Amino acid sequence: MGNQDRKPVLRGRHLLGIEPLSVPEIEALLDLAEDYVALNRRAEKKLSILRGRTQINLFFEPSTRTQSSFELAGKRLGADVMNMSVKGSSVAKGETLLDTAVTLNAMHPDLLVVRHQHSGAVDLLARKVSCAVINAGDGWHEHPTQALLDALTIRRHKGRLQNLVIAICGDILHSRVARSNILLLMKMGAHVRLVAPSSLLPPAADRLGPEIHTDMQKGLKGADVVMMLRLQKERMNGAFIPSLREYYRFYGLSEEKLALAKDDALVMHPGPMNRGVEIASRVADGAQSVIREQVEMGVAVRMAVIDALTRNLQQPQDKESAA
Amino acid sequence: MTWAMHMKGDDRRRAFVNARLVDPATGRDQAPGGVLVEDGRILATGPDVTADSVRAAEVVDCAGCLLLPGLIDMRVFTGEPGNEHRETLRSASLAAAAGGVSGIIVMPDTAPVIDEAAIVDFILRRARDTAVVRVAPMAAITRGLKGECMSEIGLLREAGAVALTDGRRGVASPRVLRHAMAYARDYDMLVCQHVQDDDLAAGGVMHEGELSARLGLPGIPVQAEVIMLERDLRLVELTGARYHAMQVSCAESVEVIRRAKAAGLPVTCGVSINHLVLNENDIGTYRTFFKLSPPLRTEEDRQALVDGLVDGTIDVIVSSHDPQSADTKRLPFAEAAFGAVGVETMLSAALSLWHTGAVPLVRLVEAMSTTPARLLNLEGGSLQPGAPADFAIVDPCMSWQVRPDALHSLARNTPFENRVFDGRVVHTVVAGRTVFTYDGPARLSAPSA
Repeated sequence: MGNQDRKPVLRGRHLLGIEPLSVPEIEALLDLAEDYVALNRRAEKKLSILRGRTQINLFFEPSTRTQSSFELAGKRLGADVMNMSVKGSSVAKGETLLDTAVTLNAMHPDLLVVRHQHSGAVDLLARKVSCAVINAGDGWHEHPTQALLDALTIRRHKGRLQNLVIAICGDILHSRVARSNILLLMKMGAHVRLVAPSSLLPPAADRLGPEIHTDMQKGLKGADVVMMLRLQKERMNGAFIPSLREYYRFYGLSEEKLALAKDDALVMHPGPMNRGVEIASRVADGAQSVIREQVEMGVAVRMAVIDALTRNLQQPQDKESAA
Repeated sequence: MTWAMHMKGDDRRRAFVNARLVDPATGRDQAPGGVLVEDGRILATGPDVTADSVRAAEVVDCAGCLLLPGLIDMRVFTGEPGNEHRETLRSASLAAAAGGVSGIIVMPDTAPVIDEAAIVDFILRRARDTAVVRVAPMAAITRGLKGECMSEIGLLREAGAVALTDGRRGVASPRVLRHAMAYARDYDMLVCQHVQDDDLAAGGVMHEGELSARLGLPGIPVQAEVIMLERDLRLVELTGARYHAMQVSCAESVEVIRRAKAAGLPVTCGVSINHLVLNENDIGTYRTFFKLSPPLRTEEDRQALVDGLVDGTIDVIVSSHDPQSADTKRLPFAEAAFGAVGVETMLSAALSLWHTGAVPLVRLVEAMSTTPARLLNLEGGSLQPGAPADFAIVDPCMSWQVRPDALHSLARNTPFENRVFDGRVVHTVVAGRTVFTYDGPARLSAPSA
């Protein structure tokens, strides 16, 4: 379990995205996460493999579920976890991202979990610190732990990812979840479809690899997995789509539309949901929904990622002898 | 299709014989021939349809007149709802029927604006209950025609809107239009733009040139149209949306469209009948019935528009029927409203281009009937068996004078006042039912009831 043999799982020092990961790395992370699913279901959940390690959660964008999931993951592995809220911090006082990085680095953290509203910001920060960095979401770019937890959820239900038909539906243009999922699922040999109005598809979406559908009825036909995305409020009114009711009518996952997918299709959503906008309540709470399970898998996957990255760090005693 | 929903077919079997059949859908121009209709649809067309060959049918002898598919006018403003004193769906439909127009596409510039499914539904129901020709609405591209937020394009289409337009206005913001076009494309909705940069045209009341200088009126340069058109074509490249420039008015625009078509863009354009037969000189002594948007331009521009129509660069002729009352037209030129009525005179005015040899007859009918039907995915524009029995019977040589008080529109703002046309509609059929017959000039010159 986790700490028995701490062989290397990842080649890199950071987890900045799905893009640089290889198939064996993804598989090893998912396998490791399976162990933590089992651990998390026990009464005694706490390990000590990260004793002495410091994890800082640095969230430039507010987040409830991802931040608490990372916090819990670090604590269950025995690390000291600190949450840096940006509101009221030196960042709010005008400090640049790189100054913040240098300041934090001087505190000798072992892990930095970072979310930022701008694509590429986490990557920039990672180049200035000496610890391991986990991207907890950067702009529209990547959200690798979300893609990993989605993959774990699917794999546990379907036994595989290869050759599954997976429809990712909604605001693809502004979604880091979609980008990371497209990358991961295509690496693993799944058939990915993007379902969205043209105004919410990235430019040249057809060149990213997946099949493009602007008609949800066709996009859902025969799907093994239906992955819904959250529609951001500021994009709802007339700018990218006409209105909430029109969006729900054509792109909301209702029971009728879900019936077009396979009978045993999984319904997923990264949360938080807009009920009655991108998903009907009856579907969100229905028998095919694995949305709550995704949250559970989130903690396990983040434990696996933290575990894997700290395996690549110098051991504490090495650090001391080097000093 | 909602288009057909509200016109119940005449179930009688009727034959229209001894006509000259003009059908752009097949390129047919043939005499003598006939059309046999039943249940509101065409059963047979051709030389074999004669008084002797049809059994158990009411026979109408066309006496050698032209028989054309009913015209479909893609740009008709009414005042219903909101300004019923200017025009109702019924009065517009009576004017249309008298002009051989079997289908009118009404503009969303009403009060309230046609930007909600419920208003589309209202228009279709009112049309079913009151109109004598087919009616379908275009819906607003942006909510309230404000140019800010796209309207509910998918729901509007489901309700029966046949295309999108902001009517008298162009969408100024390229960002808003870009998203609306990308979105409209998913629903295969034609985006119809009034191509005028309102910022550049601001304050202008007529074509900018020598005549506006002489009259001392602020002008609208052709660039106001060309800039908007060229910008929009870039957005077509970006989004792949089907785009239709509602009315082009100048030679440069024709050239721009010609190049865009050669490049394979999904672009079409229309021209108003006024711009094909009138020019800026008709304004004369500040006659406000010639104040149009876009403005009437030079004779060279007019000729370029006619050439563009002949070579297929221009796809559609519209009446741009825009009823205005005395309160908006009997004003100093600069203060008067833009617009002219025209649905009733469009065909006669178009025939003048045929009589002078400028445009072939089949081409004219195609641009007023077959092409609008195709662009809007509507039934019609054809005399083929199976098509709806919508057609006009036209005496090509009958002379008649346009008397404003004899027009069927509630408004009188015609630019063709007292003009004598050769050729007029004598009989209009919609869904197999006669909706207009011409009773001669006596009736026309009588005071309207």
